[in-house]
Amino acid sequence: MSALQKMMGWIDDRFPLTATYKAHLSEYYAPKNFNFWYFFGSLALLVLVIQIVTGIFLTMNYKPDAELAFTSVEYIMRDVDWGWLIRYMHSTGASMFFVVVYLHMFRGLMYGSYRKPRELIWIFGVLIYLALMAEAFLGYLLPWGQMSFWGAQVIVNLFAAVPFIGEDLSIWIRGDYVISDATLNRFFAFHVIALPLVLIALVAVHLVALHEVGSNNPDGVEIKKHKDPVTHIPLDGIPFHPYYTVKDIVGVIVFLMVFSAILFFAPEMGGYFLEAANFVPADPLKTPEHIAPLWYFTPFYAILRAVPPLFGSQFPGVVAMGLSIVLMFFLPWLDRSKVKSIRYRGPIYKIMLALFIVSFIGLGYLGLLPSTPVATIFAQVFSVIYFLFFLLMPWYTSIDKTKPEPERVTG
Amino acid sequence: MSQEVDGQKVDTRKRKFLIAATSAVGGVAVAGVAVPLVMSMLPSARAKAAGAPVEVDISKVEPGMLLTVEWRGKPVWIVNRTPEMLGMLAKHEDQLTDPKSEMPQQPAYCKNANRSIKPEYLVAVGICTHLGCSPTYRKEVGAADLGADWPGGFFCPCHGSRFDLAARVFKNVPAPTNLVIPPHQYLSDARLLIGVDPATDHLQG
Amino acid sequence: MKRLKNFLFLLAAAPVVAFAAGATVHLDKAPVNLTDQDSLQRGARMFVNYCLNCHSAGSMRYSRLQDIGLTEEQIKDNLLFAGEKPGETMKVGMSKADGKAWFGATPPDLSVIARSRGADWLYTYLRSFYRDDSRATGWNNTVFDKVGMPHVMWGLQGEMAPVHKKVGEHEVIERLELVKPGSVTLAEYDAMVGDLVNYLVWMGEPAQVQRKQLGLIVLIFLAVFFVVAYYLKKEFWKDIH
Repeated sequence: MSALQKMMGWIDDRFPLTATYKAHLSEYYAPKNFNFWYFFGSLALLVLVIQIVTGIFLTMNYKPDAELAFTSVEYIMRDVDWGWLIRYMHSTGASMFFVVVYLHMFRGLMYGSYRKPRELIWIFGVLIYLALMAEAFLGYLLPWGQMSFWGAQVIVNLFAAVPFIGEDLSIWIRGDYVISDATLNRFFAFHVIALPLVLIALVAVHLVALHEVGSNNPDGVEIKKHKDPVTHIPLDGIPFHPYYTVKDIVGVIVFLMVFSAILFFAPEMGGYFLEAANFVPADPLKTPEHIAPLWYFTPFYAILRAVPPLFGSQFPGVVAMGLSIVLMFFLPWLDRSKVKSIRYRGPIYKIMLALFIVSFIGLGYLGLLPSTPVATIFAQVFSVIYFLFFLLMPWYTSIDKTKPEPERVTG
Repeated sequence: MSQEVDGQKVDTRKRKFLIAATSAVGGVAVAGVAVPLVMSMLPSARAKAAGAPVEVDISKVEPGMLLTVEWRGKPVWIVNRTPEMLGMLAKHEDQLTDPKSEMPQQPAYCKNANRSIKPEYLVAVGICTHLGCSPTYRKEVGAADLGADWPGGFFCPCHGSRFDLAARVFKNVPAPTNLVIPPHQYLSDARLLIGVDPATDHLQG
Repeated sequence: MKRLKNFLFLLAAAPVVAFAAGATVHLDKAPVNLTDQDSLQRGARMFVNYCLNCHSAGSMRYSRLQDIGLTEEQIKDNLLFAGEKPGETMKVGMSKADGKAWFGATPPDLSVIARSRGADWLYTYLRSFYRDDSRATGWNNTVFDKVGMPHVMWGLQGEMAPVHKKVGEHEVIERLELVKPGSVTLAEYDAMVGDLVNYLVWMGEPAQVQRKQLGLIVLIFLAVFFVVAYYLKKEFWKDIH
């Protein structure tokens, strides 16, 4: 026995290292027919690591103080060796996190990855998405620029729309009557400690749940139905390591090329990743001419604005916005189709999904614009489609003409 | 070398080579990311600016007087030693731990009897080599509280370490080594620059 | 159908509405070239001479000017005020309160002004001052109406006066006209402002030249990495049928 084997044996007697490695990598059997859309799960994990590592190093030089925050970011950009690189990795990473997560969620919609027995994976996933939105929102206050300040101002004021307790609630969130040093400090605490812990925990349970039931695939058929009679390995399954590790490395490199192209050549991404107005220090007395949330929030912001106030209260809009995310949780039970994958679904679901995606992107676009009557009408149309995609799903998925699923994956 | 997987010949040597190549390039990638992160923990431009060399006008330091200036957040003493003070230095060498300044507590150009460039001017970092207190300047020979044989020097109030007027440590005190002489140079007779060695114009650290 | 047309119009007009809100004036293209160190150095001198009296650049260290080819000696001799060290940031003597009292608003710090305003806006703004005796400073600006800042470079540019035209009921300024020449021609002045704006863009992010150089290396490296990893993937996936 070699020294290495001896050491592994010593550890395995005390900790399931080899067993864990086998269960999640070398003997985790994933369907062999993963396509392009299956890169985004591991990419999301990569971006999470990038954000945590760069975040740790930013925290070493950032000052969560209303007087110092803005200049401390510029200090990182100029005075700290390589600070600009770390900061741009973090700011680019924030937007790329959402790019990756949106594509990952779209994959789930296409191939029915939320369907039985993967309901909990989906629910954990939506929770990750929610935590990520909170994390991004909190983090965006930290540079303490004009957009940071007024963006936080608008969003925290949404809580003021809650009947009866709203005013007190928003004051409690801010710890002040306006967004102030106190708000900055608590947002910092949540951004660097609380939410990262929540995110990591949710990612862990998301993966545990996934490895418990096994991965879905573009055909939406269960590979565990056909196992080798001797080895009990799924016939259409291949060990994650080495096959998907070597494949994911290729995906990671392509992703890093896109990431680097943005980071090194267009870190502001034309004002979508870093907004021009955020290079002006926060000024509580002067609102920028046009404020819009960052691009990844704009679909929900557009829904908020699309709903007219009722009795002079913004509350219905806030409820609609909340509902648009809450509905996602119910997706596994709203879908009544006999098949999972879009490959075998009928035309109605395909049209509904296409309309949904167009509406989501349309809302995202409208959320960037100043509110005009025409824009509001479009936002309302898109919002209705958004909701109908979910609310009519039990009906249209059950009447849709599906094609028969194959017994085995189709390669 | 080859083996069979699913009835197919597998070129293990090729695989091993490709794994090694990918690992090597991947290792470079990881190092490439790690280096900037590690480097970001070095002193920033602000810290370097604060630690920049300090220029001092020494024309106002009367014989026997001490001037304290700040360099990199530490007190630096400039003492204008009188001929009598310099004369005392050689007399108590037997009482010192390191009379010849063998330990690297000074730049090479100050490894001499006076531990200085110009004999009269002592330039030393006023931080005790024991636990980092700043000793006090006690020039009075034979001071009552320091004993009749006190030749004048520095006394650390924290733990009683004693140094002479060349900032050399006495035996049987807690401090193990002489006080540090910082890099310095004379721009002119009256202008002293602390933080830069004289020969090269190179910044220390 | 009409709604669709409206929608298409909206789509086409949207970026303009969204990102240039309030900026109805035409902006001239600023001649930005960060590889032109002579221009950057001239711009740095302009900045120190004309801007730094009232505006700070609190995140910018003088010593960083070595990145645009100035030596430490040149920085000390030509750009530093008495008693300042090259490692210091570009501070200003005027207090915030004084600035507010004198100009109606504290002159903003200019460290990242090019990132918030954009080069073209700055280039046009600095060339659009005109005489307006109704203003306390005696100056107004076609890009920034009722601006608190006086025309500090009028000695160079000279005095401009507005030429009005009628649009409906209102008189609007059609263009500016030189009424009292300054020490340089308008073309020379444009070039000087161009240098200044070039410098401001550089100062907005001094690492940007290095950033793009490094980016190229990183992308080339990743391309090599891709080839290696791709062959590794291909080799292993031979097993899968």
